[in-house]
Amino acid sequence: MHAKQATHTMLAMHGVSKSFLGVRVLHGVSLDLAAGEVHALVGENGAGKSTLMKVLAGEHVPDEGVITLDGRRHRFSHPAQAQAAGIGIIHQEFALLEHRTVAENVFLGREPTRYGLVDRRAMEDRTARLLADLGEDGIGPRTYVRDLSVARQQTVEIVKALASDVRVLVMDEPTAPLADHEAGLLHALVRRLAARGLGILYISHRLREVFELSQRVTVLKDGRHVTTVRTEDTDTDRIVRAMVGRELSAYYPPRARPEEVGETRLAVRGGGNARLTGIDLTLRAGEITGVAGLQGAGRTSLARALFGAAPFTTGTMTVDGAALRPSAPRQAIRAGVALVTEDRKAEGLALRQSVRDNALLVTRAVPDRERPPAARELTALLEKVRLQARGEHQETRFLSGGNQQKVVIAKWLAARPRVLLFDEPTRGVDVGAKAAIHTLVRDLAREGLAVLIVSSELPELIGMSDRILVMAEGRVAGELPAGATEEEVMRLATAGSQGAATTGPGGAAPDGPTSDGATPPPPSPDPTPPPSTPTPQEGAA
Amino acid sequence: MSTGTATDAPQKRAPAPATATYRTIARVLGTGAPVYALLIVLLVALAATDPGFYEPDRFLAFVKRAAPLVILAAGQYLVIVCGEFDLSVGAIVTAGVVAAAEVYGTYPDAPWALMTAGLLLAGAAAGLLNGLITTVLRVPSFITTLGMMLILEGAVFYWTGGSPQGRLPEDFRRLGRDTALGWLPWAVLACVVAGVLVVLLMRSDFGRTLVATGDSERAARLAGVRVRRVRVLAFVLSGVAAALAAVLVGGFSGVSAQAGRGYEFEAITAVVLGGVALGGGRGSVVAAMAGAFSLQALFTFLNLQGVSGALESTVQGVIVIAAVGLGAADFSRLRRRAHPPGPPTAAPPAPATPSRTHREGHPHDPQP
Repeated sequence: MHAKQATHTMLAMHGVSKSFLGVRVLHGVSLDLAAGEVHALVGENGAGKSTLMKVLAGEHVPDEGVITLDGRRHRFSHPAQAQAAGIGIIHQEFALLEHRTVAENVFLGREPTRYGLVDRRAMEDRTARLLADLGEDGIGPRTYVRDLSVARQQTVEIVKALASDVRVLVMDEPTAPLADHEAGLLHALVRRLAARGLGILYISHRLREVFELSQRVTVLKDGRHVTTVRTEDTDTDRIVRAMVGRELSAYYPPRARPEEVGETRLAVRGGGNARLTGIDLTLRAGEITGVAGLQGAGRTSLARALFGAAPFTTGTMTVDGAALRPSAPRQAIRAGVALVTEDRKAEGLALRQSVRDNALLVTRAVPDRERPPAARELTALLEKVRLQARGEHQETRFLSGGNQQKVVIAKWLAARPRVLLFDEPTRGVDVGAKAAIHTLVRDLAREGLAVLIVSSELPELIGMSDRILVMAEGRVAGELPAGATEEEVMRLATAGSQGAATTGPGGAAPDGPTSDGATPPPPSPDPTPPPSTPTPQEGAA
Repeated sequence: MSTGTATDAPQKRAPAPATATYRTIARVLGTGAPVYALLIVLLVALAATDPGFYEPDRFLAFVKRAAPLVILAAGQYLVIVCGEFDLSVGAIVTAGVVAAAEVYGTYPDAPWALMTAGLLLAGAAAGLLNGLITTVLRVPSFITTLGMMLILEGAVFYWTGGSPQGRLPEDFRRLGRDTALGWLPWAVLACVVAGVLVVLLMRSDFGRTLVATGDSERAARLAGVRVRRVRVLAFVLSGVAAALAAVLVGGFSGVSAQAGRGYEFEAITAVVLGGVALGGGRGSVVAAMAGAFSLQALFTFLNLQGVSGALESTVQGVIVIAAVGLGAADFSRLRRRAHPPGPPTAAPPAPATPSRTHREGHPHDPQP
């Protein structure tokens, strides 16, 4: 496919380790890259891909490890050093100044000067030449970045990297913000760059584009290097297995028995907003519904839409049979819906307030005469969530992550909810508290609450859920019964992804993973062709 | 105090009663502890300089002089603790005094109670306007209330031509001047009543919600707090406090176009001196009022020492910077260090700067 594939190693990273605050996130990872190669880097959320790339770009200093570029050893302690050595990185968030022109952005910080003044003409000429080299004639050097589409802004980022003579270009999920046809254009651009002899490290969750673009794939998992293989020697299944391959080790409380699952508490039909499309969902009393998906698949958006924090704009929703599509959290709370947010410190707690003030915040803000006065039963409530604190007057910022989470849960329980939504219930929580929270969540379901859990930790999600909805690109890509394997989940989460130029705008986001036919490696027989819409299954297996 | 919670594991090292008592005291004092110490030092210094200071009528006269500032500090506290500022209170005081005089000029026989109630309502209206502009139009309160201050000052100047004409009748001035039962100044009584009310308010659901809103607007909103309404109410109460202060000031110093000048900064200084974090979420209203007393005591002390009154604002400037820089920022860390049975987990470093952008986490922010 590429003539220069045979060239030998240009970049090598060897034995790179990195810890943050005592937590090891990279364990001696090695990686190499040849000129003209597209090398894909895949792994689950938190596998260490981004950290590894930030080490390469000089944004993190590695604890151990060597980076060799063109035979010279480097140790970058600042992004500028990496840039000077020829490493460019395109982040998921662009670093562009919206109110400046394309040329000003491309040459930001290294503007060509003449007599001590910025030489605008040289700057614009050189930008125009770079754009022409790439065949990007839709962008003018004098256009303001704010007037460009996301895809074109991304191109400007790439040009910006090229302007400083990069040898290695790191692209962190470049197609994530793009529409399908834009992704196709980007793929073409990536191929052209590789053909010019650049080495490209390509991080992606979308396995299809990995197979279309890359010559080799490296899989990371839990901060370790799992395998590096030639793309043509492998297939989706093997990659997914390598990404997941871990044992279910933790103990999870027993699942709901069929007779424990009761009536429908919350139902959505055709729910949608800017990030979600065609959501059909039913949450039932006594049942824990898990929501899986990769970052950006719309899991958090779903939880926030149900809670009215980022409301649905289309579709219908009922809570306990009454029609309600909340447009603010307050409405959802009144109807008995509660959300334990992902970002505990910014959204879950008022950190400088006491345990007591936090636990009573909801009942104080949304008074309800039918509820028993929460202040009186606070002690029992804190006991129920097994809070370990110095007292109810302790400020919550001094609590551990697990105890903070218990305060958040207590806060919602005080309001007597009927539907409890959890977004990453155990993020930043130590192992012991995790088990306590898992048990608590199951107990709450037993008491008749309908529970929804969004989690990036697949073992947790599979261990806790009575059924699992898998989301991809703002839709429910499918539903799996209790006890589904991680591979089944990952396959649904990654396979439904689009990004190929071949599909065109009309073929956007199919309902199920089986409907896309253009995947290069023949998909192995799909074990559970999941229902494309989450029609309720009586009492999950 | 801490028996309410399920666990006793972290407590088993601590000899229960003594520690618990200490903890309770520390909690009640909160971040205001330095201001109480300062107040005591100043009161002792005053006694040493002027042996007659603690004679009842002189001491009550001191409290009476401090009353308007204490009331303004309480109002300012409500606004600051939810993450905003109110710079308009001084101008509301001035406008209140001048407006009362002008109205009396037209209707010399207006009953004093009606006039007082009218002023309080007008103060509430000014606060309401401040609050609505800040929350609905999302103009930062610093700008909103600065604008309100300038508007009111200009209006007073335009209305009076710089020298207010009317005078206030005796019965209206009674609240600021006279005494109840022959010895207790009405102003002191008003100050005590306002103080008790605001303490009760801060213990109520509204008060706790107000502080939580100042601490984390996003968390409060997601917990169902009507953040706008809570903030608007804080501004309204600050306006009412300013109007009450206007009644007292008009009572004891009469009509002047400078009646309330500088009060807004004195009130903010007092609140900051009380250890209340700018940006909201931390500090007690009692400490804020103690800050007002301290400031008044300091001015009295400097006066007795023969320091020029012209230096008052210089002193105030030093205090504001020092208080934010030292005391308010991170007193709690000192307290923790001096207190061996530490928190069960590693305490995250307290925020180095008390001021935060209180616009973060807007309802329409894109979610992460």
